[in-house]
Amino acid sequence: MKLKHNNLLGLEDLDKEEISLILDTARPFKELFTRSVKKVPTLRGKTVVLLFYEPSTRTRASFELASKRLSADTLNITVSSSSVVKGERLIDTGKTIEAMKADFVVIRHPMAGAPHLLSRTIAASIINAGDGAHEHPTQGLLDMFTIKEKKGRIKGLKVGIVGDILHSRVARSNIWGLKKMGAEVCLIGPSTLMPQKVEQMGVKVYYHLNHIIDRLDVINILRIQRERQKENLFPSLREYNEIFGVNLDRIKKAKKDLLIMHPGPMNRGIEIASSVAEDARSVINEQVTNGIAVRMAVLYLLAGGGEVSGEITD
Amino acid sequence: MRLRKKTVIMDAQGLSWTIKRMAHEIIEKNKGIKDLIVIGIQTRGVWLGRRLVREMKKITKKDVPMGILDITLYRDDVDSIAHQPMVKETRLPFDITGRKVLLIDDVLYTGRTIRAAMDELIDFGRPRLIRLAVLIDRGLRELPIQADFIGKVFLTTRKQAISVELRETDGRDQVLLKEIK
Repeated sequence: MKLKHNNLLGLEDLDKEEISLILDTARPFKELFTRSVKKVPTLRGKTVVLLFYEPSTRTRASFELASKRLSADTLNITVSSSSVVKGERLIDTGKTIEAMKADFVVIRHPMAGAPHLLSRTIAASIINAGDGAHEHPTQGLLDMFTIKEKKGRIKGLKVGIVGDILHSRVARSNIWGLKKMGAEVCLIGPSTLMPQKVEQMGVKVYYHLNHIIDRLDVINILRIQRERQKENLFPSLREYNEIFGVNLDRIKKAKKDLLIMHPGPMNRGIEIASSVAEDARSVINEQVTNGIAVRMAVLYLLAGGGEVSGEITD
Repeated sequence: MRLRKKTVIMDAQGLSWTIKRMAHEIIEKNKGIKDLIVIGIQTRGVWLGRRLVREMKKITKKDVPMGILDITLYRDDVDSIAHQPMVKETRLPFDITGRKVLLIDDVLYTGRTIRAAMDELIDFGRPRLIRLAVLIDRGLRELPIQADFIGKVFLTTRKQAISVELRETDGRDQVLLKEIK
């Protein structure tokens, strides 16, 4: 089995078999974390460039750790978003990175499509770590890995994504991935933060959490960005919390085995109550651990690509 | 790669006798099973390891601890092969430091798998010694590695392939020699 592309730009481009391959490959990588030596020599001598045009702590740390646990060398390039003016800059940066002989470029960029542009410019494998409001494929993969690990399957589950769907690349990658894997996806959020005609992606939309909470198998709670309030997209954090906040009262109405997820960082007391984040059904910290395993699997699967050298089994 | 002629070089009865004999040899050379642990290399080495453990129990009435090793992440050809091999599980539910490790694989060929297995084991601890048991030694080594316990030596050319079929994975026990066209 092999991925059909040299890059991981989005889950929209992957088929069900490729997603399954990544999820199945991530499982043995997680086992590595229980060893005293958490590092394998697989990508020794390879270089991974982490090119971040947006602030990020956990995604960058996760990719860095994933690379290091595969023995690759990492180079961090952090560019403040104020210096991003024109597309040409990105191409120039790409050429520079190519001249440095990088094997992988992990890129986060405020503009949708930036990783795609870079992939057409340089030969290294490009991994999208978030492009604008477009996609964040490794987050989608780690969410699906966590669901599969906890529920034993993805197909047939009812997965709710609650929050600012409009600006969320996490939501979009989750929708693409979950639909391909056969889950039923429900989006919950204020109408001002819901993309127009989103139903065309094959999802159901709800404008009050109480309307659907009792039927969900999984709830994925997105971070609500306070800046959106200033843009008048919702009246107040208090009102948001009243209608969409996940608190203990709401969780009591839910299924007993509801899986509670959040990609982080959390706004405790706004989209998620502290008591819910600490609930036994919450897997928020495990998502972080799984994120490293999934990113290792992606790097490993993208690393191949040479010719078949005779007998593989020894 | 197309395979033409197939010859059976070991049948089910032969395989069963071979494993029994190897179990006796291992116990004799090790002077019992004290400090011994068996580690099977994925996938067929694991099933052969389980059978050896069962035979050793018949002889000594004691269980030898068994572990599983997947060497995929320690291969030396990660970027030279077209299809990345599937990563499988490694499970060593014990400390290997100070123990006598018996590695099991089905076929010994270039020796590269065993090099990878030793590197991986050493990341887990410092065994007192590592010995190697294989069902078939087909020659053609590319590294200075030899087996301590061998089911059958069957020298081959690079144009041939040895395929070990086991009940657990292939439905029946036999070893085949295949000619590659």
